[in-house]
Amino acid sequence: MDNKIEHADVYTLAHHHRFQWEEAQQNYVILFPEGMVKLHGGAGEVLKRLDGKATVGDVVADLKATFPDADDIESDIIGMFELAVSKGWLRKI
Amino acid sequence: MAQPNNGVSSAVTHTQPLWLLAEVTYRCPMHCAFCYNPTDYDKHTQNELTTEQWIQALRDARKLGAIQLGISGGEPLLRDDIEDIVIEAKKLGYYSNLITSGVGLTEQRIQALKDGGLDHIQLSMHDITEDINNFITNTKTFQLKQKVAAMIKSHGYPMVLNVVIHRYNIGHMKEILEMAEALGADYIELANTQYYGWSLINRSQLMPTKEQVDEAEAITNTFRANPNNKMKIFFVVPDYYSDRPKKCMNGWGEVFMIVTANGDVLPCHSARSLPNMKFPNVRDSDLGWSWKESPAFTKYRGTSWMKEPCSSCSEKENDLGGCRCQAFLLTGDAEAADPVCSKSPHRHLIDKAIEDARNPVFSEQPIVFRNDKNSKRVIAGELNDRLDEFHSLP
Repeated sequence: MDNKIEHADVYTLAHHHRFQWEEAQQNYVILFPEGMVKLHGGAGEVLKRLDGKATVGDVVADLKATFPDADDIESDIIGMFELAVSKGWLRKI
Repeated sequence: MAQPNNGVSSAVTHTQPLWLLAEVTYRCPMHCAFCYNPTDYDKHTQNELTTEQWIQALRDARKLGAIQLGISGGEPLLRDDIEDIVIEAKKLGYYSNLITSGVGLTEQRIQALKDGGLDHIQLSMHDITEDINNFITNTKTFQLKQKVAAMIKSHGYPMVLNVVIHRYNIGHMKEILEMAEALGADYIELANTQYYGWSLINRSQLMPTKEQVDEAEAITNTFRANPNNKMKIFFVVPDYYSDRPKKCMNGWGEVFMIVTANGDVLPCHSARSLPNMKFPNVRDSDLGWSWKESPAFTKYRGTSWMKEPCSSCSEKENDLGGCRCQAFLLTGDAEAADPVCSKSPHRHLIDKAIEDARNPVFSEQPIVFRNDKNSKRVIAGELNDRLDEFHSLP
């Protein structure tokens, strides 16, 4: 599978996956049949920006604006997309 | 990758009951020879929790962090309030799963479940052949299961199939995978039989040989390696053929909680087979206390309960000594190392079981199917001979 992430791409949750905040865990999770993934803070910030319209570039720009002091977050964000796509949590639309 | 037995990512190990299994009834139209349900289930068919009690249990468990909900049984659809339970589960934010034989799933009910917010349905399948499906379940349900699979698909659900693997279907692994693919399955669990409850009584009749297991695993790996096959496969390993035990339930009271039909709160499916244990019940115990502090849940949590050879074992954190129920059922000592382990002084019991399964005198004995009549016989002590004969119980 070609997992190259482009700035113009739009991603959303894969079918039958659900993204939600877990109060008891104090983190975001992705739920799917027979499983769950606990997301660390940065991954949760990426996922919650996927509204079906935002491109990868939009997400990067928004996160840079929200966290101006963070160093080189772009490569972290792209890495997060690559991981999520390779795991089947996200699909391109 | 998630294991079907615990339903959650292995990375998540903090002590919240992330997975709640609601065994809402032990009544069942199926009579499967490999059922893990307690053989004395007939005791628990008259005192099921009410809808209101289930809803309260769901609320309490959610507060503790439960998020994956399995609605199981018996056959859950024998209750007419599954729709109400599903609506509440959705409201509370559970990811809910109906674990069913398919019997009782009508167009009307599946639509109501969908409207109520049920997230997925796990359907049990048994074989590609009608003969073996009907034999091992002691029912005529082959056609029905094909129909239900199509219904699940047409309602836009992810298709999750569960196939319990035993001697009678292990030779059809390739065909079973092809059938699942043809039905449009998204996930398939190939659950090698674990020997508890009814499957323990029928162990010599169900256990495949090592050669059969190896071949089945090779076929599964070939199927997985083919990039055209999109279906995700969970392969539950047959622990008798391993030399290290499974990390049962991902640890006692670590991530998994069961509430049974009568309200007992358990850390694993077969915990009630252990001696001298008093399990809390949702009717009279706070669920938070049950999970965090009750003597039953703290008894085997972690490693401090262990004795040799587990307590000084360098691998003890990997498998937590294996399964307490299996240790007790086979050695008579719930704190012994799981006899699957090659370091266990009881490993010969597993080797004997493997040998017995090849012994035609044992393996050709009739199967004891899971039904009310046989459960009453178990309660009356009539099947003790069978266990004594087939298993090396003390």
